[in-house]
Amino acid sequence: MKRGASLFNIVSVALGLAFLYLPIAILVIYSFNASRLVTVWGGWSLEWYRQLLRDGAVLQAAWISLRVALISATAATVLGTLAAIALTRYGRFRGRALFSGMIYAPLVMPEVITGLSLLLLFVAINIDRGFWTVVIAHTTLTMCFVTIIVQSRLIGFDRSLEEAAMDLGAPPFKTFVTITLPLIAPAIAAGWMLAFSLSLDDLVIASFTTGPGATTLPIRIYSEVRLGVKPEINAICTIMIAVVAIATIVSSLITKSGARRREAAELGLPV
Amino acid sequence: MKNRNGKAEQGWGRRIVLLAPYLWLAVFFLAPFVLVLKISFSQTALAQPPYLPVIDFAAGWEGIRSFFSQLTLDSYRLLSSDLLYLFSYLRSLEIAAISTLVLLLIGYPIAYGIARTPQEWRPLLVIAVVLPFWTSFLIRVYAWINILQRDGLLNGLLTRLHIIDSPVGWLSTDTAIYIGVIYSYLPFMVLPLYASLEKMDESLLEAAADLGCPRWKSFWLVTVPMSLPGAAAGALLSFIPIVGEFVIPDLLGGSETQMIGQTLWTEFFSNRDWPVASAIAVALLAILLVPILFYERLQQRSLEGGRQ
Repeated sequence: MKRGASLFNIVSVALGLAFLYLPIAILVIYSFNASRLVTVWGGWSLEWYRQLLRDGAVLQAAWISLRVALISATAATVLGTLAAIALTRYGRFRGRALFSGMIYAPLVMPEVITGLSLLLLFVAINIDRGFWTVVIAHTTLTMCFVTIIVQSRLIGFDRSLEEAAMDLGAPPFKTFVTITLPLIAPAIAAGWMLAFSLSLDDLVIASFTTGPGATTLPIRIYSEVRLGVKPEINAICTIMIAVVAIATIVSSLITKSGARRREAAELGLPV
Repeated sequence: MKNRNGKAEQGWGRRIVLLAPYLWLAVFFLAPFVLVLKISFSQTALAQPPYLPVIDFAAGWEGIRSFFSQLTLDSYRLLSSDLLYLFSYLRSLEIAAISTLVLLLIGYPIAYGIARTPQEWRPLLVIAVVLPFWTSFLIRVYAWINILQRDGLLNGLLTRLHIIDSPVGWLSTDTAIYIGVIYSYLPFMVLPLYASLEKMDESLLEAAADLGCPRWKSFWLVTVPMSLPGAAAGALLSFIPIVGEFVIPDLLGGSETQMIGQTLWTEFFSNRDWPVASAIAVALLAILLVPILFYERLQQRSLEGGRQ
């Protein structure tokens, strides 16, 4: 749109962003509050972070969540990328309607349904619930998000490079690795990031599919939150927000520098 | 020879690319729903797993026949006879419908505003809208407890401004649920709306203006209809998951009336009644089937539109 932004436009965007960020900002600020009471500001303090470091249960849950997220995000990225390729490059194949249905449905499916149904599957095939069942559940949920992201990138790019490589005798697999993969790498990275943060975040599906010894961080936080607000929870939330913010900034920098390098390469400039 | 090898490699490669995700989803997404359907026709039992019947394959045909003869409609009878469940469904639909409407009203000016800012600002603003979505859902809901609880920040602020004399109970009310839902789902509404508004051809509005159409009228006649796909996507992306929402009503809402996600949770975790929990899930899925299919059509059209 060319016509400039009116005052109304600016105000509505500013108010919207304030609404989105104010609660998070308050939470971060109060994690440094020396007072235990929310309404009383007792000066800056790192007390709650110190207590957190001594809380073995929380640290263990964080470690479990991190491992679940790393493994499931990686598996989801592989499966999701394959699905995106199949959906964009295979044209009509048998069972395509069912396949794309299964890809898009998990995106909006209420989590209680997905969680319950996966649990019933694990019980029926007699798998002990725990770490790996949560990994499987998160892979299933997040691979569809990866597919959507990679798919929109695959649709948007120029296929002539691939065709050129094939014409010059490169086998399909080699063409994929040397031409296609580098072109869709930013989308794959973004998909992995999203899968990782969705897995780190999930409470409902993990609650259904977890077992003894595999309490993830959200399950741990949830059981604490139900008992009321605690400054320690503010502290742990702040750490999680910081991790996600840093990861997002780093990944956007990587994507940007990647894009710049590609542009430079296309123009024949030194990088 | 070389060519033929290439063909064979392509055939196998192609098959794996499709089959790996296909099988994964068939086993871990589709098959579980069949199980939910089956268990919703079972009876509760003091056993492991806590339902009957279980197919006894060892007994052969006889075992399968006795399995089918033991299936019952008990869970569905309970769902339709106990008003608790009906109210739960209606309440979830009501909250989801009202929230979606409010989200449209709040989200539209934000998306429209972003689409009108100078080009170089837009990516940054879009990231600013998405960023909260990357932080934990649980954290975002929890952040509101800090604000809304009885000795929380909102009451503190309002008392200091002498708007209220004594603390108001914001938490455990419908207001708190609506605030939590709208806060959590706002990015889902803004992004698709922005995507469709940004793609809009500005020359259409210029043409309307040249022909003497006032701005408010061209907004109604051009901008709004052009943004309808985005609005539909945003509404479905919000409405469907909100109906089954568990975390928000559980942490922010009161205990008198539950949303259906909470009812399912209670049946499963507290009452350990797996057949009724499954029947609730099946009925919920039946209610949401039309919106889900509609959403899938929309996704297919936007992502695969070129080829169909």
